[in-house]
Amino acid sequence: MLGEQRIATMTRHPNPSLPNPSLRRLIQAEPFAVRQALQDLLNHFPLNALDPDQRGTVEVVLAEVFNNIVEHAYADDPGEIEVEITQIGQHLHCMLRDWGRPMPEAKLPTGALPQFTDGLDAPEGGFGWYLIRAMASDLKYQRDAEQNLLTFQLEIDASSH
Amino acid sequence: MELKAELSGDVLVISPLHDRIDAAGAIQFKDRMREITQTMTARVVLDLSRVNFLDSSGLGAVVAAMKALAPDRKLELSGLTPTVQKVFRLTRMDTIFTIHDSLPAGMRHAG
Repeated sequence: MLGEQRIATMTRHPNPSLPNPSLRRLIQAEPFAVRQALQDLLNHFPLNALDPDQRGTVEVVLAEVFNNIVEHAYADDPGEIEVEITQIGQHLHCMLRDWGRPMPEAKLPTGALPQFTDGLDAPEGGFGWYLIRAMASDLKYQRDAEQNLLTFQLEIDASSH
Repeated sequence: MELKAELSGDVLVISPLHDRIDAAGAIQFKDRMREITQTMTARVVLDLSRVNFLDSSGLGAVVAAMKALAPDRKLELSGLTPTVQKVFRLTRMDTIFTIHDSLPAGMRHAG
């Protein structure tokens, strides 16, 4: 039984001595660096093991979180974003840290979808947190020691891999 | 952000050649759309079949391009890939556009 588990672990992970390797990067909070970082992250385990639909969802959520940090936390001074992604069972646990301005009122935005009646008054922004909340779960935000720490989970179907 | 424009009868077909409309490219996309749609046609079709990724900034840019043409001219969408379709559906922006599965036969060109 233990032997079977070990084999499964070895075939799924690039390094068998680390059963749950985290994907970690430190990226510059700048739109083109974010674009590059997303492509890099998606090319590495565990994101490269996801099916295309799940990869799309993960890319949208990470992009929205990164963009929010670039546009708000680092609106005045550019800085860095630390990201760490760990697959645990059927979930990706994501942690993002930055050293920029805190969230307004030290709270996560509610992310309500902007109201509209037709194309003429359709919103041109304000979709970011709505999309994050629609796709991610267990969102937590903490402001501590001049750092913003955001954690959330993304459900994945690991059974097909 | 390279956009290809082709006139097909009275329809202007615009195809982004890049595979993503994101925060790094949204402003340039809006600017290029404004330039290209100077060609006056009642219908403009944005062919998104090469675009694999669109974030909220990209979505906002597409909505802005549609509003810039309204009310006299219409922006229609074509060929949404799965992730792009998901973003439009979740935000309900799929309700304010006419969306075609693919370009009508007469508008398809080798590209």
